[in-house]
Amino acid sequence: MQSLQKITSRFIPLRIENVDTDQIIPARFLKATTKVGFGKNLFRDWRYENDDETKPKADFVLNQKQFSGDILVAAKNFGCGSSREHAAWSIQDYGFKVVVSSFFADIFKNNALNNGVLPVTVTDAFLQQIFAQGADATLTVDLEKQTITIDNTGASETFDINAYKKTCMLNGYDDIDYLLSMKEEIAAFEKARG
Amino acid sequence: MGKTIFDKIWDKHVVKIIEDGPSVLYIDKHLIHEVTSPQAFSGIEKRGAQLFRPKQIVATADHNVPTMNQHLPIADQLSKYQVDTLIDNCKKHGVELYGLGHEHQGIVHVIGPELGITQPGMTIVCGDSHTSTHGAFGSIAFGIGTSEVEMVFASQCVMQSKPKVMRINIEGAIQNGVVSKDIILFIIAQISASGATGYFVEYAGSAIRALSMEARMTICNMSIEMGARGGIIAPDETTYAYIKGRPFAPKDAEWEIKLAEWKQLFTDANAKFDVEININAADIQPMVTYGTNPGMGLAVTGTVPTLESITDPTEQQNFEKALKYMGLTPGQSLLGMPVQNVFIGSCTNSRIEDFRLVASIIKGKQKDPNVKTLIVPGSQAVAKQIIAEGLDKIFAAAGVEIRQAGCSACLGMNEDKIPAGEYCISTSNRNFEGRQGAGARTMLVSPLTAAAALLTGKISDIRTMLN
Repeated sequence: MQSLQKITSRFIPLRIENVDTDQIIPARFLKATTKVGFGKNLFRDWRYENDDETKPKADFVLNQKQFSGDILVAAKNFGCGSSREHAAWSIQDYGFKVVVSSFFADIFKNNALNNGVLPVTVTDAFLQQIFAQGADATLTVDLEKQTITIDNTGASETFDINAYKKTCMLNGYDDIDYLLSMKEEIAAFEKARG
Repeated sequence: MGKTIFDKIWDKHVVKIIEDGPSVLYIDKHLIHEVTSPQAFSGIEKRGAQLFRPKQIVATADHNVPTMNQHLPIADQLSKYQVDTLIDNCKKHGVELYGLGHEHQGIVHVIGPELGITQPGMTIVCGDSHTSTHGAFGSIAFGIGTSEVEMVFASQCVMQSKPKVMRINIEGAIQNGVVSKDIILFIIAQISASGATGYFVEYAGSAIRALSMEARMTICNMSIEMGARGGIIAPDETTYAYIKGRPFAPKDAEWEIKLAEWKQLFTDANAKFDVEININAADIQPMVTYGTNPGMGLAVTGTVPTLESITDPTEQQNFEKALKYMGLTPGQSLLGMPVQNVFIGSCTNSRIEDFRLVASIIKGKQKDPNVKTLIVPGSQAVAKQIIAEGLDKIFAAAGVEIRQAGCSACLGMNEDKIPAGEYCISTSNRNFEGRQGAGARTMLVSPLTAAAALLTGKISDIRTMLN
């Protein structure tokens, strides 16, 4: 897993609430048996007219050239619906390292963390401050300090992440390595419960 | 202080609590399917690791299978490759597979319960958000991502932070024409598509106790649609009677031991919940969704909200986006609106009881000639039972074809899709944009309301059609 410590980047504002994982990656792209190449189909049906890559929808933010960056900022309840990890793979493969919202769906949040994409939960008021910025504004996310800052105003908030997940993210460790190291303990647990 | 049923089961499965981190939670049963498992199998192989407890895993092919001519090779090459990959992986790693053609094949959340694999007190996971279904049996069941599937492969454990607990009490008798799907659509409309995020929800009260297992599964199934990690209903005589005698149910002396354990699975009278919600069952009417998330629902006789009733500007923008997609206008009534498609199926409503409900409405009547139907049993066993009970003849006489088992038009991964711009009255669980096909307009309803639409070609109030 890719590690993440601190990032300063412009951001892409997605002012849509309840973005579900069917929008992030439609079901027809779930036929793959690998994790690669999902980025080109990220938000596919919001991005293109009639599934046609030569016809980008001008009103969708990923198609608006003035916006760019490694941070996606979305309205509340981002990633709801299906548990498909393909949603996190799409976001990562497209190049996002951080997703900011005022509220994340549980399964998506875990999936993002397990793929080195940091979900940053901010207050509604702070989210509105971010959305009020122009396309040139940058955000700085410092995982060590657990802060997110709007660089040109200096406005800053702290965000929550548990110490275990923070360590994993800072160092690029994943849970599977940890669990593999626990096998004896797990076998003892099984024995004890009969 | 007393414990909730959730706490009782959770605490028994904690292998380790990581300080200021998640718990290592032991998993009794792991259900897998073709779509969210291939990357987990290849991940475990890449690490050079073995599956830790392959005997605790059950696999089926459901999401990506055709619902016609299942005896023939799958025509879609990508789908075929994915299903074949599951077959190879299960063979290689010693996992029991109920694949296409097997008598136990079906939607993973239909076959787990009907085979008696799902039992009270268990922890159950699957790489599918509707794993919450199994909570109807008094188990902790929740959906996981593919990395977590790999974790369970590696260690039979997942890393989870303990969620908060919410109880929803539904007291009283439900109206004639109202079924469990209406109860859960009503709840989600009340608390919104994110109202239970961070919580595990226990459903309780006399209205829940009165429900069959099939009906309870429908409710727990849609817990995820309000953001909940899962739903749970304490087991009772209805639960035990359902499980007894099923292929993987405990037998003889073991049954007695298990039954005694299961009878301890209830929420203590003095247990505390983080949130409690009380609902009067009599207030619930047949429901229909009008928008693009399951929280956008209303009574079938109601009207779409007006723009003025929504104050928050971002919410207003989202509401307008949803109505534009659905081709509806603020304030309009839905009753009598023509629909072009009816889908009866999915892990929410494809069990034998759902087909009995539909058959009771369409018996001796004809399908509306303008309506296209996708009627898909949840499993091979349900399909067989439909024939055993003669329900197939009722459907055939109404001019309706019954398909073969699978997830079908719930998520439109196979060829069962709804054409762009058309409405689909659907017994499934999600009305997201494009869920049933690009541009498809989904309206979620109960099997009874779907049966009504099938006969009339319109959104109808089933209560006016009952004897």
